Amino acid sequence: MSPIVSRRKVITTGLATAAGVSGLGIAAVLAERYGLVPPDHGGIFGVGETMTYAAQRVLMSRHSLAREFNRSQISKVAPVNGNPPENETFQRLLGGGFQDWRLTVDGLVSRPASFSLSELKRFPSRTQITHQACEEGWSFIAEWIGVQLSTVLNFVGIRPEAKYVAYFSLDEAWWDSLDMADALHPQTFLAYGMNGQELPLGHGAPVRMRVARQLGFKSVKHLKQITVTDTLKNVRDGQGSAGPAIGYTWYGGI
Amino acid sequence: MAESAHFAGLAIQHPKVLDSPRHSGLVRVTHWVHTISFFGLLVSGIGILLAHPRFYWGETGAVGTPSLFDLPLPFLDTTPTYVGPSSWGRSLHFLSAWVCVMNGLLYAISGLFSQHFRKNLLPVKSQLSGKSILQVVANHLRLKRPSEEESLTYNVLQRLAYLTVVFLLFPLMIWTGLAMSPAITSVFPILVTAVHGQQSARTIHFFVANLLVLFLFVHVAMVCLAGFSRRVRAMITGQSVARKETS
Repeated sequence: MSPIVSRRKVITTGLATAAGVSGLGIAAVLAERYGLVPPDHGGIFGVGETMTYAAQRVLMSRHSLAREFNRSQISKVAPVNGNPPENETFQRLLGGGFQDWRLTVDGLVSRPASFSLSELKRFPSRTQITHQACEEGWSFIAEWIGVQLSTVLNFVGIRPEAKYVAYFSLDEAWWDSLDMADALHPQTFLAYGMNGQELPLGHGAPVRMRVARQLGFKSVKHLKQITVTDTLKNVRDGQGSAGPAIGYTWYGGI
Repeated sequence: MAESAHFAGLAIQHPKVLDSPRHSGLVRVTHWVHTISFFGLLVSGIGILLAHPRFYWGETGAVGTPSLFDLPLPFLDTTPTYVGPSSWGRSLHFLSAWVCVMNGLLYAISGLFSQHFRKNLLPVKSQLSGKSILQVVANHLRLKRPSEEESLTYNVLQRLAYLTVVFLLFPLMIWTGLAMSPAITSVFPILVTAVHGQQSARTIHFFVANLLVLFLFVHVAMVCLAGFSRRVRAMITGQSVARKETS
């Protein structure tokens, strides 16, 4: 009988393995260089996370638009997930009808600034009727009114080395970030209105992020600060958002 | 095995049978890689499901809207004091999905080139007559153990089941999985519009997962019936009959 594994097979398998390993090495270097490695790339799950993010950024358009719907398709029930912040700062701002609320925009920008709600509303407003899916599985369609994040970022002037836009909630537990493809995407909004009204408290008053091409958890509520940066390594825990610390991914395009 | 005494003689009569493996190396490796990735997908899929064990049809659905059906399971969603299983579940699901899809592509492409599908899985004409199908069904219902000769090829029910799983159910899983992604549907909206919405995609994903689990149960049951250790050995070493080291 012939041996179970022939010499030729050993050599072929060896060569294929060597090619595979060096291929992976080259892919890793290229991915790092072209910003295809997400901030939460550590650990065994980071492998899948990196492949998903890199594949989507390489194979898909950075400007593709999430589906938009008709007014008649707006959901009658728009569930609220989580409670408004209980901290003193938020309660004080809420008590004053958000008259004293300001959104700070800083980091790698030419003209750091802060905006009141009425100042934000002076930018050209946009509306979109989009689908928002929670990572839990439920979803709704709503109309969002706001200013494109790109409009505000262009107003303060993004510096060329900018790679990420981090954003922070008045709820200290929540923060997140986007790469420039999603930060400058035309459907990424600073939303201050919903379904024809002011943004309700449960949906993130006075202003929430709205990221149409990602799961709901990227649409952080009760914003207070936006920071443009070239690295997320030294922003909070360095994983790009509050999610990875409890097992949720940074990239929510899925 | 009663015939082990005649083994040397058998080898001379059917040298091809003993020398060529029951399953090719590629089929064996992809089978076990797939086993691991499917288990990862299943466990993590249940983890994700437990965050919201309720299903809808159409684009949207949530607590407070009518559901298609509710599973009698608790809602294990993340709260400020509790992290639900959809957290690690989704990470494991995507890691496993990458392994499953890469491995599946390797299997499918090599199976096309090596004619594995045409030679071993496409039913041959004689198998498709009513009489022979009835015979196979009757054998299954009587839980008749296949003979050594029968277990060297696939019967018509096996062929149809494998082809359905490989070319219908897994593609459907991948399709409906992608249809739930807001980023991917921004590029290919047809993925989600063709199934009447994101919640419909989620519901179909769930049903097809159930069919795959059903297939898994029947598959393992049949392996047990046909002789667990011999069939598993065939899928590990490629040898369908025990080599007699001493003879």
